[in-house]
Amino acid sequence: MTLISLHVNGRDRRAEAEGRCSLADHLREQLGLTGTHLGCEHGVCGACTVQIDGAPARSCITFAAACEGRPIRTIEGFDDDPLMARLREAFSAEHALQCGYCTPGMLITAHDIVRRLPWADEARIRFELAGNLCRCTGYRGIVRAIQRVLAEAGHAA
Amino acid sequence: MKPAPFEFIGCRDTAQALALLAAGDGRAWPCGGTQSLGPMLNLRLAQPSQLIDLSRIEALREVSLNDDMLRIGAAVTHARIEDGELPDVTRGLLPAVAGGIAYRAVRNRGTIGGSLAHADPAADWVSTMRLLDARLLLLAAAGERRVGAAQFFVGPLGTVIRHDELLAAVEVPRFSAGARWAYRKLCRKPGEFAQAIAGCWVDPARGVMRAVLGAPDRMPHVVDGQPAVDALRHSRGVARVLDEIGITEAYARELHTAMLRRALADLDAFGT
Repeated sequence: MTLISLHVNGRDRRAEAEGRCSLADHLREQLGLTGTHLGCEHGVCGACTVQIDGAPARSCITFAAACEGRPIRTIEGFDDDPLMARLREAFSAEHALQCGYCTPGMLITAHDIVRRLPWADEARIRFELAGNLCRCTGYRGIVRAIQRVLAEAGHAA
Repeated sequence: MKPAPFEFIGCRDTAQALALLAAGDGRAWPCGGTQSLGPMLNLRLAQPSQLIDLSRIEALREVSLNDDMLRIGAAVTHARIEDGELPDVTRGLLPAVAGGIAYRAVRNRGTIGGSLAHADPAADWVSTMRLLDARLLLLAAAGERRVGAAQFFVGPLGTVIRHDELLAAVEVPRFSAGARWAYRKLCRKPGEFAQAIAGCWVDPARGVMRAVLGAPDRMPHVVDGQPAVDALRHSRGVARVLDEIGITEAYARELHTAMLRRALADLDAFGT
């Protein structure tokens, strides 16, 4: 076990981790941040997507020890984020979630799409969403929710 | 699943990494962003006793350019290449290939060196570096050596990297102003491992006319020289190459034929 220091959602968090412990398990088990979900555990489903160094990343195939000293932002860290607030409203309005399992990862990917690709059309949104699996909605609501936020004037890109 | 236990060691510099690798005697594995190795570990297909993390070593994150080639540090991420942070010496080939690797969340962590050292035949960089006949720079305590991509890969998931060596960089040739390229792959879903890859690079000033065929279950096949590449424009020529590679299944042959056809059409339309 090694003591790992992470800067999680704006706070310094120290906890022990085994070398083999994924960032996702560390966040959930040691830091109590259960908003990060684990699905496939091999980088395909996207449920575990969090931000590392400000960019989306898979926390299931990134080891906690590899993130020593880095800023991490989980879904819990977006409570006061204005863009995420708009995405949450749009996800609700457009039926972009049902069971909610994929939603934390979907929202973090959606946040990245809006910031990085403000010109994205439907085809590009679908291409970007290929790394996040949803088994409830058929994606239509998710795509529409992102389109709605992109279309809103004056979004903080 | 969870990986079997291992020790994770983040390295500050290559000297520290090389000492650890040498002491590890084959049970210590170097890693980059763990975007290829992570799944293997989680599925317990790989069970090293130590992971030697190279991804934060500054010297491996650097990029340098000279008259003939661009040297890309092994720990440069796919996303940095996709976003055009590197000098564009390939008329857009490298960013285009990078942008098609897996998903953005994977590209933000995954490194070019990690992908090449992993040597999955379906990986885009593996086919691309064979197409470009790139050189790989290997570092050991005793010194460095350069290996051409044709010699670097010894088979699926196999390379010539010794257990006390690490992949430090890949050197990519600078394309001439008149160079053209094409790169096509077939994935049922964007980001999946490709079922078939076809790439072409034509660079008259460098005397290059080359194509590459990538498949998920065998290392890429290179077709070199104008007569051989021209032959790929006819079904009999394609059939001969597929026979040579040993791709016998009708469906797989159709996929490779279609990717080649599309790549050659892109090549003809390049820049128009």
